[in-house]
Amino acid sequence: MSVLLRTDGVHKSYGGVRALDRCTIEVGEGTVAGLIGPNGSGKTTLFNVITGYAKADAGEVYLADRRITNSAPAKVFALGIGRTFQLTRIFPSLTVMENMLVASQHSHSGARKRAMEQLEFVGIAGYHAAPAGTLSYGQRKLLELAYVLVADPAIVLLDEPAGGVNLSLVNHIAARIRELNAAGTTFLIVEHNMEFVMGLCDQVTVLDSGTVVAAGPPDIVRTDRRVLDAYLGEDIEEAEDDPAPAEGA
Amino acid sequence: MSEDQRTSLTVLRRLGGLTGLRLAGVVVLLALALVFPVVDPSPVATNYGVYALIFVAVASAWNIFSGFSGYISLGHAVFFGSGAYTLGITARDWHVTGIGVFALLPLSAVAGALIAVPFGLIALRVRRHTFIVITIAVFFIFQLMAYNFSFTGGSAGLDAPFLPWGAQTYNNPFYYIALACAVGAITLAWLIRRSRFGLQLRAIRDDEDRASGLGVHAMRVKLTAFVLSGAITGLVGAVWFFYLTQVQPPSGFDPLFDLSVVLMAFLGGLGTVSGPVLGALIIEPGQLYLTANTNGYISEILLGSLFLVAVLLVPRGIIPTGGEYIRRLTTRGRAAIPAAASAAPQAPTEPAPVREAQR
Repeated sequence: MSVLLRTDGVHKSYGGVRALDRCTIEVGEGTVAGLIGPNGSGKTTLFNVITGYAKADAGEVYLADRRITNSAPAKVFALGIGRTFQLTRIFPSLTVMENMLVASQHSHSGARKRAMEQLEFVGIAGYHAAPAGTLSYGQRKLLELAYVLVADPAIVLLDEPAGGVNLSLVNHIAARIRELNAAGTTFLIVEHNMEFVMGLCDQVTVLDSGTVVAAGPPDIVRTDRRVLDAYLGEDIEEAEDDPAPAEGA
Repeated sequence: MSEDQRTSLTVLRRLGGLTGLRLAGVVVLLALALVFPVVDPSPVATNYGVYALIFVAVASAWNIFSGFSGYISLGHAVFFGSGAYTLGITARDWHVTGIGVFALLPLSAVAGALIAVPFGLIALRVRRHTFIVITIAVFFIFQLMAYNFSFTGGSAGLDAPFLPWGAQTYNNPFYYIALACAVGAITLAWLIRRSRFGLQLRAIRDDEDRASGLGVHAMRVKLTAFVLSGAITGLVGAVWFFYLTQVQPPSGFDPLFDLSVVLMAFLGGLGTVSGPVLGALIIEPGQLYLTANTNGYISEILLGSLFLVAVLLVPRGIIPTGGEYIRRLTTRGRAAIPAAASAAPQAPTEPAPVREAQR
């Protein structure tokens, strides 16, 4: 399996706060990778650095073998990296279809057809003529996913896709991710919903204070002592009561 | 035929009907505009017509950039005044007289476009309030240059070449030139709003960073709109100068010009094609009437008051508010679209063993 997305020793500081510290991750082509960590661990900052929304102080970002460090967001998107945001960012005064067409790289008629297909895929085609600002939060999540997909990205970075939505919609989003992944799209997902991450991801990377503390298959990572320390701290007492997983790590 | 296809067809039919109605309205308005000087040939009436059309053109040009992108420019008088001065300087230095001066009008559009490039490259690096402040600063720089450079005629300004036309029909050619400018600017605004370029501008207005992350080259798009807007405003500034026959620094680079244009767009509906047109047709004749029939300052007080009233009563402008009111009336009692989550197929997902994973 070849590596599609790689960060190599990325540093990023905001004033005196070090958001990323020698952060190195790899995402294999065709996989669903998870990126977890406590609040403030640098997950979204890493997304921002990869997608050009923030400039890395040091280190490199590669898409396949191409260096894309500190490229502009428009260029990163054109190269095949799409992303969604933790708090959905749609264009509220545009219609749902217009939102889709902003991201489209196809010709006019082809773009509309493709956009409608994607809206049908995520399940909000009935809203294509509605102003996007009238959609509910969950529908906005689906719209954001749909318009990222309309440009056929090689890899999609999802920032908390299951955050703030009901269980049925979480399942709906998970199913769409599985279908897309089966068709060849690679995913890197930041998520606090452990059920979602562990059930969906092939590989999980754990960040703490901007540094990778563990990486591997979910079965291995979930029993890693450093992960329990950094991210599942509240479970340590339980883990100590039942020493088997800790020892296993 | 599926439910979705039927819904789409119904929407298309409605749109088709609206387009036909709108087209008929546009044709009638254009016909009225064309015959206006014939119906009422008095210089007083055509003078109102010339000024109204000049501001229709300028408000539409301003809207192409500011209305669509959300970057509120208070410096478009830079293009207006520069267009006026370009015509005056070239006509004077190249000794062009009579109707030959009209052939110089495109130069004013070029001047507006050329000024917009460095102006935009600097100002468009910042957003919102900072952008507005920079446009005001550039405006005052140009006014000061007009006062202090010798080739602009200093505080005395410039006179336009004399046109040997009779007083009764003097306004008519200017009326039709201003009408052509207005129709051109409105058509361009309409075409842009329907285009991918217009869509990108409107996406920038909603969330510029997000648009960039979806492949929109924001700076390129904004600058193109700024240059187009500057070119039209420069051209119209030249028509205004030739009609008025003179320009001085405070009239060519007039802060009230910028405020009036912004108010026209806000009153009619920012970002719509017809809103700034309606705003210009209400405000400019109103200002002219008040200036002619009352003490000059009354019109300025009323202009400021109108701005406050517009913000209070129709903050989105007459056209969007009126459109929404009509839509509410026509859709009353119709069923809402089913919720997306229920419309979407349920995921055939197996819940991941999270408890097991953490144990």
